[in-house]
Amino acid sequence: MSTLDQKPTTRDEVLFEYLVRLADDRLILGQRLSEWCGHGPELEEDLALANIALDMIGHAGALYTYAAEIEGQGRDEDDLAYFRDDIDFKNLQMLEQPIGDFGYTIARQFLFSVYSYLLYSELKKAEDEQFSGMADKHLKEIRYHLRHSREWVLRLGDGTEESHRRIQDAFDDLWMYTGEMFDMDEVDRMAVEHGFGADLKQLREEWKKNVSEVIEEATLKVPRDDQYMASGGRTGFHTEHLGHMLAQMQFLRRSYPDAEWT
Amino acid sequence: MDEQKQLDAFQKRIDNGETIEPKDRMPDRYRKQLIRMMSQHAHSEIVGMLPEGNWIQRAPSLKRKKVLLAKVQDEAGHGLYIYSAVETLGVTRREVVEDYMYGNAKYSSIFNYPTLTYADICVIGWLVDGAAIVNQTMLARSSYGPYARSMVRICKEESFHKKQGYEMLAKMASGTPEQKKMAQDAVNRWWWPTLMMFGPPDDQSPNSQELIRWGVKSKTNDELRQSFVDMTVMEAKAIGIEIPDPDLKYNHETGHWDFGEVPWDEFWEVIKGNGPMNRERIRARRKAYEEGAWVREAASEYARKKRLEEEKAS
Ligand SMILES: [Fe+2]
Ligand SMILES: [Fe+2]
Ligand SMILES: [Fe+2]
Repeated sequence: MSTLDQKPTTRDEVLFEYLVRLADDRLILGQRLSEWCGHGPELEEDLALANIALDMIGHAGALYTYAAEIEGQGRDEDDLAYFRDDIDFKNLQMLEQPIGDFGYTIARQFLFSVYSYLLYSELKKAEDEQFSGMADKHLKEIRYHLRHSREWVLRLGDGTEESHRRIQDAFDDLWMYTGEMFDMDEVDRMAVEHGFGADLKQLREEWKKNVSEVIEEATLKVPRDDQYMASGGRTGFHTEHLGHMLAQMQFLRRSYPDAEWT
Repeated sequence: MDEQKQLDAFQKRIDNGETIEPKDRMPDRYRKQLIRMMSQHAHSEIVGMLPEGNWIQRAPSLKRKKVLLAKVQDEAGHGLYIYSAVETLGVTRREVVEDYMYGNAKYSSIFNYPTLTYADICVIGWLVDGAAIVNQTMLARSSYGPYARSMVRICKEESFHKKQGYEMLAKMASGTPEQKKMAQDAVNRWWWPTLMMFGPPDDQSPNSQELIRWGVKSKTNDELRQSFVDMTVMEAKAIGIEIPDPDLKYNHETGHWDFGEVPWDEFWEVIKGNGPMNRERIRARRKAYEEGAWVREAASEYARKKRLEEEKAS
């Protein structure tokens, strides 16, 4: 939905939009995580991050596939992933930021995993069997992502002076992107009305509580909320990083649109 | 027992087809050779993640992205698994890892070539994993138990990698003109380097005879290379791919495919460090290792603090 697109009105249009937003979050984060492959701080983390990336891209694919089915225009997961531009992508801006150091990657993964965990715990109750089943299935993997990133937040926060400083910097830098996770717009409200969306305002408190507990246990400081908060990802407003990522991700597929690859 | 008697007793166990386990007596030289060979194998799994990882972000479909990510993840697992097997010989992962990043230890020469198009990913699966299977199927019968067992498990995954690579290459080879071009070009570039993976010709391979005598290997480099060629020629034909060797010809007397001279000068250069990607690969691995130091330090410091807390509590 760029500034020019029509707003969704029917149930299916809202569901389509809702699924695509969730999928974009996961594809973009998965794409970022995959950049660690072969470059992690230790072999075990190359494996773990690749594993999480694989889950993210898998979740995205399932969501796109269902979205395309709801839309009924003959598109598939690849049409949605490869043939839309930055202004059509609806992911949170936090997820498109470059991977940074390992601390940054972990802090982002942790903030997003807590969010995903709470969100999916709601979505598994969605009044749409296919959607709720998918959320329930993915929730098991999200639980692992949460545990993995939580353990690393503790280790880095309460590890050495350097690791403490690095992960604190990461949380400070990322905080401005956390407000966007809880912005409720018309699509979110309609999704709640139709019985398949989560009330993000309600998730916020729980998220803040869970996140703060771990940050404090890691001997770190929770950044202040009264600061500039980025917003707009859900309407296709992004930072400059997304365009470069999509250029890389989409170039081969778009260069030869008639070629088959699967 | 004097040294010779010990050696004879060990040789007898090998000749009887016994498996050597970590706690068994073994000649120093056997241990050293295994450490060298196994860690070289493990390093190859890890360095091999780089050329393939180069295409994860650009994979042409979500399915291909997942397949590649899963494959590279498997290779990391192989590395980890073989490193654990090496550690049964009394060295640490850290020692052997630092030995290829900062010292003289080697990894497979094949990973010193660049991946230029997506077809390279398919060809690596088909040819490079294919060659690894030939080698590793033999090593699964190796006299050293932990190595042999690791190979059994790893071979299953390598077979899967080969199948996926071959199928995707077949698709490209019968696809659009651009796909066909990419597919053939990739095979042209990877063919000879793949044949080099089996090591130098038998008459120039200093370690081979010893490794065979000790049951670590059961076939020579040239024998392995030949069985790879025999297997691959038909696979190439089946998907309309040409093997870039004008001398390739079926020999009715031997029942094997004769092939042209491998460019050994190139091989020896690459081994010495003068290949297209040697410096870059090592630089990338060092960068990851050095930039990850603070993370590893944090993890061990955190573990130390927790141990201390537990001791205090009890
Ligand atoms: Fe492997
Ligand atoms: Fe291997
Ligand atoms: Fe493999």
